Amino acid sequence: MKKILLPLSLSFGIIALSSAFYNKPSIDAPKADNITPDADNGGIQLAKGFGAVVVAEETGKARHIKVLPNGTIYIKNSNAKNDKGITVLKDTNGDGKADVVEAFGAYGGTGIDIHNGYLYASSNSEVFRYKLDANGDVIDKTKPETVITGLPDLRQHEAKPFTFDESGHIYVTIGAPSNVCQEKDRQKGSPGMTPCPLLEKNGGIWQFNADKLNQKQEDGVRFATGIRNAVALDYDPASKNLYALQHGRDMLYQHYPEIYSAEKGAELPAEEFFQIKKNDDFGWPYSYYDPEKKQKLLCPEYGGDGKKLYTKAKKPIMAFPGHWAPNDLLFYHGNQFPAKYKNGAFICFHGSWNRAPLNQAGYFVAFVPFKNGLPSGPYEVFAEGFAGGPEIKSPGDAKARPMGLAEGPDGSLYITDSVKGKVWRVIYNK
Amino acid sequence: MKKGILILFISISYFASAQVKKEADGKAIYNQYCLACHQEDGTGVPNLNPPLRKSDWVGGEKTRLIRVILEGLNEEIEVNGESYNRVMASHDFLSDKQVADVLTYIRTNFGNSAEPVKEEEVKVLRKKKP
Repeated sequence: MKKILLPLSLSFGIIALSSAFYNKPSIDAPKADNITPDADNGGIQLAKGFGAVVVAEETGKARHIKVLPNGTIYIKNSNAKNDKGITVLKDTNGDGKADVVEAFGAYGGTGIDIHNGYLYASSNSEVFRYKLDANGDVIDKTKPETVITGLPDLRQHEAKPFTFDESGHIYVTIGAPSNVCQEKDRQKGSPGMTPCPLLEKNGGIWQFNADKLNQKQEDGVRFATGIRNAVALDYDPASKNLYALQHGRDMLYQHYPEIYSAEKGAELPAEEFFQIKKNDDFGWPYSYYDPEKKQKLLCPEYGGDGKKLYTKAKKPIMAFPGHWAPNDLLFYHGNQFPAKYKNGAFICFHGSWNRAPLNQAGYFVAFVPFKNGLPSGPYEVFAEGFAGGPEIKSPGDAKARPMGLAEGPDGSLYITDSVKGKVWRVIYNK
Repeated sequence: MKKGILILFISISYFASAQVKKEADGKAIYNQYCLACHQEDGTGVPNLNPPLRKSDWVGGEKTRLIRVILEGLNEEIEVNGESYNRVMASHDFLSDKQVADVLTYIRTNFGNSAEPVKEEEVKVLRKKKP
């Protein structure tokens, strides 16, 4: 018994120490009260009463973001050129603008978060962690510990976003390296594979021990399956649920013009918002969600005709139009914004590329009110105008694409951009 | 003499209309099979699908380009300093003429001005396919 107690009390000590750092904002953490929003809100339009200040203009190809209790910002970049895989931003004079910009890390990736006094960051095949000191600075930037290694990086849906629960688990998306598990990926006429062999090691969310080093995929548990790709992933401690948004399949119109018009192919399938319990199956690749019929339908590669239902999969809690590419999810727990935002969800839509010949869409941040762990109303547009024009014909034309979300210690909302790495801090003006 | 001019005129207009048809056929194939990923204006999708606009993969040597259509592409490539990693499916179900037409279309549009691809050039490479 003592043998168990000693490491237990030790680890409690560590948790207590680190949570002192982790949970309490330091006294000089930046406050929104002292900040004046930029005159043009950094080129975006916001919900009434909100303003934004540009924290930094160009930080690289930014992905996810985390803000520490003392205001230090960490951003994961998809491109690690010149060892700039992670950006560090600090605003030392409290005007909202970063005046210290540093970078480190020799790998590109997507995920970044804090857990038990460590900064966690993911490449497309591994999850690393760095010990933080009392100021929230990384102690050794060149020697991270490896938490998870050897995850499949098959150059499609290869990002490894992650989140933590309160019981010592880390959840990692392992996307499917495929559109819809055809024998020949994305080739017109190639049949779907039944059962889809990719699901064994891809197309789901895996659960690992958050504090154990050098875990392989086999050391984790396939927590949920039938998920094509979920870059937006968050655990909500208020409702104690895991949530994610899926990137729905492509090519319904291009491969089945006899069933789907160009307009249908642009709107279908829905981008699905999932509440995830252990062993859930959301139906990829056999099905997609039709928001009009409010049903999962059988994919044409598996014998579907635009009408046949698929009943073996769990339905989403909410559906968005096709191809908007939800790339981050954040449950808001701050007190700065009006009460309706508390415990609600912000969703970053990166914007589509596969709605052609229609215009592209989705380059905005949405808000969804929540009650008892479920949406309590329709989504609202919270921040838009990132792409820089009313009509986006091709995603390459977008000036900025919203990519990552984080909540600051004072309840400000931070948004990253994947084109040049612009970072906005949104505050409530009252 | 008049006859000669007439024949010349007819053959020029025949040639020109064949060119117009080749362009239209190429565009139709592009819209059906390529546009979804490479976009209407050939700009592609950042990080995923490479641009065809001002790309040396498109305007450069033909062999590599024809092979991409016939065999697909399953590696990360760099175009104009940016990398792209999405898998391109093989389009070997297109006929030699269709491949020639669509490649000629992309080689003469989106800011590219390279010489056309001939049906025979596709045929030769298709036979060589491992």
